Amino acid sequence: MQLWLIPILPLAGFLINGIFGRRFSKSLVNTVAIGSVVLSFLWVLKTIFAMGDLNTSIEEHYFTWIQSGTIDIGCDFLVDRLTIVMLLVVTGIGSLIHVYSIGYMSHEGGYYRFFAYMNLFMFFMLVLVLGANFLLLFVGWEGVGLCSYLLIGFYFDKKFATDAGNKAFIVNRIGDFGFSLAMFYIFKNFGSLDFDKVFHQAASAPEWVLTTIGLLLMVGACGKSAQIPLYVWLPDAMAGPTPVSALIHAATMVTAGVYMTARSWVIFTHAPGAMDVIAIVGILTAFLAATIGLAQNDIKKVFAYSTVSQLGYMFVGIGSGAFSAGIYHLVTHAFFKALLFLGAGSVIHALSGEQDLRNMGGLRKKIPITFWTMVCAWVAISGVPPFSGFFSKDAILLAAYQHSPAIYWIGVVTAGMTAFYVSRAMFMTFFGSYRGKAHPHESPAVMWVPLAVLAALSLAGGWLFPIPAFLKAMFPAFEEAENHMLMYISVLAGFGGIGLAYLMYLRKPGMADSLAQTFKAPYQLIYNKYFVDEIYSATVVRPLIGGSRMVLWKGVDAGLIDGIVNGVGARCRDVGSVLRLLQSGNIRSYATWVLFGSVALLVAMGLLGGLPR
Amino acid sequence: MMNAVPISWFLTLSAILFALGVAGFLFRRNIITVFMSIELMLNAVNLSFVTFSYQHKEVSGHLFTFFVMVVAAAEAAVGLAIILTVFKGRSTLNIDDVNSMKH
Amino acid sequence: MDVILFLIFAVVAVVCAINVVVQTHPISSALSLVGVMGSLAVLYLLLGAEFIAAAQVIVYAGAIMVLFVFVIMLLNAGAETKKGRSYLIPGAPLLIVFLGLMAYYVQRYLFPESAVVRFGGFTGGGPKDIGNALFTTYLLPFEVTSILILVAIIGAVVLARKEIE
Repeated sequence: MQLWLIPILPLAGFLINGIFGRRFSKSLVNTVAIGSVVLSFLWVLKTIFAMGDLNTSIEEHYFTWIQSGTIDIGCDFLVDRLTIVMLLVVTGIGSLIHVYSIGYMSHEGGYYRFFAYMNLFMFFMLVLVLGANFLLLFVGWEGVGLCSYLLIGFYFDKKFATDAGNKAFIVNRIGDFGFSLAMFYIFKNFGSLDFDKVFHQAASAPEWVLTTIGLLLMVGACGKSAQIPLYVWLPDAMAGPTPVSALIHAATMVTAGVYMTARSWVIFTHAPGAMDVIAIVGILTAFLAATIGLAQNDIKKVFAYSTVSQLGYMFVGIGSGAFSAGIYHLVTHAFFKALLFLGAGSVIHALSGEQDLRNMGGLRKKIPITFWTMVCAWVAISGVPPFSGFFSKDAILLAAYQHSPAIYWIGVVTAGMTAFYVSRAMFMTFFGSYRGKAHPHESPAVMWVPLAVLAALSLAGGWLFPIPAFLKAMFPAFEEAENHMLMYISVLAGFGGIGLAYLMYLRKPGMADSLAQTFKAPYQLIYNKYFVDEIYSATVVRPLIGGSRMVLWKGVDAGLIDGIVNGVGARCRDVGSVLRLLQSGNIRSYATWVLFGSVALLVAMGLLGGLPR
Repeated sequence: MMNAVPISWFLTLSAILFALGVAGFLFRRNIITVFMSIELMLNAVNLSFVTFSYQHKEVSGHLFTFFVMVVAAAEAAVGLAIILTVFKGRSTLNIDDVNSMKH
Repeated sequence: MDVILFLIFAVVAVVCAINVVVQTHPISSALSLVGVMGSLAVLYLLLGAEFIAAAQVIVYAGAIMVLFVFVIMLLNAGAETKKGRSYLIPGAPLLIVFLGLMAYYVQRYLFPESAVVRFGGFTGGGPKDIGNALFTTYLLPFEVTSILILVAIIGAVVLARKEIE
């Protein structure tokens, strides 16, 4: 089946563009980069058709990677229904975003470098999704973290960009540490890291083992998928170019955590404690991020917090046992969130770099294609039936209600807030009168065609891709009780959010500001993102840096290690300066030393047994 | 018994003379006196060679002594020539002043 | 008889040796050294080394020491005056230890049975025996020493000549 072609094609694109891209013309760079991703997508389609009824999974073993003692880890790829869903999302949306980037990045420096990094990212993401054991997944996991760092810090001459890249990488590392501990524990208990071997044995393992593994895996997922407490890197990651935000921080990398927990469903279904934790963390994150998104003024930041919030929804689905609902929301979210980001990028491009909502307005006549495509995303994310977002969000909320009604109600409120802040962004950007100073112009075709494709998917993706039915065979049976009442309530919350935003921003434009004045303290709190970054900085970052500086740098490195090395040199010098005194230039002292030596010889002779007879 | 001297007495005498030679070498400052102490040491060694030659009833010890004397003569000639040169250069016979090798 | 002879000349030798070390003027040291050599010659006779005894007096005392006296007179070396660094403190204990060790080894290890020296106990030290050994077994060293003496002469001449202006 040649599955290896799927990741290798983008890797080849990375190598070619990375090594030779400096000398290529723009169109050659484009051809290599986009060609590799599109070819990969086509190969995915071919694999799907060749697989037939998709009830059996295919595994391909390439080579033995690590073999040492009892550890035996091979480079194996696995394709089953879940993998197919992820592969289509990654390669399909990846191709669209690559095409879009031709237009968006056309005026930027480092053109070939951008596409090289994007291809490298595709390679790692595909390895992550195709891997048949935890270690190979981890390779992809780390690799996408690296590419995220490289791409966030793409404008490396701007300090806030490189700081954001550092922050993303470091916070991700904390999650990776949890993941590593999980892998160690899995290996210790099950003797292998292969998915089939581990999941086979997991059914009969003691519950506390599985709960520990589940919680540790969750730590990893929190880092990669930006849940509490490790979400702080995602808003800052908006310092990167907008296509990066769309691909990595909306559609693919941040969903790696969701994919990983869905893949490990065997472990989680036998560890109900871990599932509860996942659901609670998910809903808290969803709620918290939505509140912060209410008050942000940068269009990309609004969507960033929206991503964090929607990821929380996905975890609620997983934590409530509806794994396929979580994956369903992953797919639809990829459609409309990528569209929102790309559309925001189009707006920014139209306004020559303006990102503040307060300087926009009335753009719907000036950039109509962008406007209408973003409307499609708007209705999808607000959960308006019968568009894609409605189906997936509804599936999750129903599952949440069965798990715990409290989570359902918080979810409903969050849905309302989601609709509100996206509507707020839309109204402030496209309606009213233009408050800025630039000359808005529509984006080129290479940019709005992907927007159109994504808009169609956002609208129709719900019926076109019935994921829960598709994945029914994979996950444990989850009986969803059809409860129309719940459905109406959540839809109502969505409309309520839209209506409230309409009231505050179109009907009575001054109402938002006056409300902010009246409720000054809460407004300041959410505007400053609950001061979470400042709290982390004071409690974790500064003590660590100070401790490092005082203890590790000054104490151990400069004091101990340099002390030893320099000390050895200094002692040699001291010994030398003592031995030097032997060479005094004075004949009588030489003679004294000779006498001393001969006396020593005599003593030695006597001690060693005297003279021979 | 009055006719026989224990051989060890000869060797002890040789040791005493050698030690006196070393003492002269270490404690005197005049170059020529130092040189004479060296000759004293050589004589002490000659005595012990002849003594051992008596003990083994061989003549080789005598021959060794003979050669030591020859070498001592050559050494005295050259050494005194060196002392003359040193004296010409420095006008001093103090061995501590011959220290230009000192750091 | 032999013991008395030995004791007298041994004492003379030691006293003269001490004198060599102790005297301030080099010429006194030189003359004491001649005395040492003379007593040693008598002791060689006691040990049956007739040729060596004669050589000692003729070569050592008669030629080398004369050379010494010549040089002392030439350099007009006076008595030692300046006080320099004294090596007494490290040197003296070492010497005592050295002497003690030598004496101890000699007494204990070398001659446990009473080996004695009698005058006339060894008759192989005459000129005939010396010459026999010198020109058969030890011919090579003999020839080499002749070259050695030649080299020494050349060295002495080169070192001591006046620089040609």
